[in-house]
Amino acid sequence: MSATPAVLAPVAVRGGAGGRRTTRLAVAGLAFVVLLGVVATAAPWLAPHDPERQSLRGRLGRPTLQAADGRARLLGTDQLGRDVLSRVIYGARVSLTVGLSAVVIGGLVGAGLGIAAGFRRGFTDTVIMTLADAQLAFPFILLAIGIIAVLGPSFPTLIVVVGLSGWVSYARILRAQVIVLRSREFVEAIQALGGSVTRVILRHVVPNVLSTIVVIATLELARSIVLEATLSFLGLGIQPPTPSWGGMIYEGREYLDSAWWISTFPGLVLMLTSLVVSRTGDWLRDLLDPTLRGE
Amino acid sequence: MRGLLGFLVPKLLRALVAVWLVTTVVFVVMRLSGDPVPLLLPPDAPTSEIMRVRRELGLDRALPVQYATFAANVLRGDFGRSIHFREPAFSVVKGYLGATVELGLTAFFIAALVAVPIGLLSAIRRNTLLDHVAMGVALVGQAAPTFFLGILFILLLSLKADLFPTGGRGDWKNLVLPALTLGAFAMASIARLTRSAVLEVLRADYIRTARAKGLAEWLVIVKHTLKNAALPIVTITGLQFGTLLGGAVVTETVFSWPGIGRLAIQSIYNRDYPVVQCAVFLSAIMFIVVNFAIDLFYGLLDPRVRPRA
Repeated sequence: MSATPAVLAPVAVRGGAGGRRTTRLAVAGLAFVVLLGVVATAAPWLAPHDPERQSLRGRLGRPTLQAADGRARLLGTDQLGRDVLSRVIYGARVSLTVGLSAVVIGGLVGAGLGIAAGFRRGFTDTVIMTLADAQLAFPFILLAIGIIAVLGPSFPTLIVVVGLSGWVSYARILRAQVIVLRSREFVEAIQALGGSVTRVILRHVVPNVLSTIVVIATLELARSIVLEATLSFLGLGIQPPTPSWGGMIYEGREYLDSAWWISTFPGLVLMLTSLVVSRTGDWLRDLLDPTLRGE
Repeated sequence: MRGLLGFLVPKLLRALVAVWLVTTVVFVVMRLSGDPVPLLLPPDAPTSEIMRVRRELGLDRALPVQYATFAANVLRGDFGRSIHFREPAFSVVKGYLGATVELGLTAFFIAALVAVPIGLLSAIRRNTLLDHVAMGVALVGQAAPTFFLGILFILLLSLKADLFPTGGRGDWKNLVLPALTLGAFAMASIARLTRSAVLEVLRADYIRTARAKGLAEWLVIVKHTLKNAALPIVTITGLQFGTLLGGAVVTETVFSWPGIGRLAIQSIYNRDYPVVQCAVFLSAIMFIVVNFAIDLFYGLLDPRVRPRA
């Protein structure tokens, strides 16, 4: 007895040329994420240089195919003579690790609370939704700054803070879907047959909202990567000398006039990542769950 | 009138709950930060001196008492003394407030005044080059991280083209780049939403009627389309104003703009927690007040939003 694929139904209705184009775009977007993951994982083999190795004589070197030591510095070197390309490649590790962990944390907390609120209604619902409203009534970056200022910047703090910044999107959307699902015949039937709440939720609610979770998670991944970069830029995220895109953009700020490449390349990669991942989320939404439009 | 009241009261209650939650979060975070006394005293201060300061600050009392005292102080605008500036935190933050408000308002008006006409044009000239370019730029604008956009503006418009200064506060030229940076995301979102709202209305039957009866196209657009598309546009525009406040932290840091966002970041580096708390608290209050005002405005604009009496 599998769950009714209610949420997936519109895909079949949609179809057509527009649908095929969206499918191709979504696949291309996912391919980009996978590629980014490969680059991050294979950083030690892909990076032409050690990202933390300084070279006082090779400081602020222009992007070149042939540097003084005969080795290419495609994206130039920074104020400490470190290879910008290698640092951008290693920076993908930070972005993806924080981004993906944050999505998992935000997704677990948000989906859990959203499903609980939608399933139990009543007091649980009120408390969870009041919390969600309160968080939305507050520019999160301020809260993040406050928390990190007190706890001190560290990798785990960063992941938790970025993760918790996103739970509200999951909770609100899933709550609405679960409320609808709960009153459907198949859920009532299972409950009438004596199916436990855990069983109903795990076997019948979760599969039905899974495509929604995937869509929100993709959009959240883009947001998390940008938030991590922003916090690192403000000096509250990844601490030097570990390369992160936000931190590199911050370090290059002082040298914009003489060495524009230090900030610009990690910035462009960050912008491209944010654009492609968030567009992939949009395409996935159109494909899997058009009802979410405008949420 | 009762309908309006029924609309107002829940919103007001929610705003108050939000203010209370912010106060509580600030308190909890402050307690998490540990004992502030060692920061206030020389490292070799005797234990008796530490105990005296602790008693003076009320840190020896029970947590609920401390919480009540803190809430009462916050209501009076008392956030303690700045460790770095050696004056009350509230008056420090107040001195930086004007710059943030100036930047925020400018960014907001630039965003709204540019985005609404662009969105409208894109919808009217749908699928033309103008539409594709405008929406392409809007997509990039929405995805671009604020701080990097600021860096790009500095690099291209300030350092290369030498049109505007790289930072600081002064005449209107200093304001252009920070306002564009801060407003970029709002501009992109407003333009995209305006386009889709107008497209939605253009499909309506009454537009076909208006055209069929021979009404001039500009009248169809101004009188029939824009008026009906106004509600969602006003909503998103208002919401964007709220998010601008959060973006101010980043923009002010990039452009060395002397507002409360940059003050908050610098105070973190100075470990000047009273100032951080006060700045965070005031920003949150502004955000809540603005959102509340938008809710009200929306209710006044659209009778359908109000619950029936």
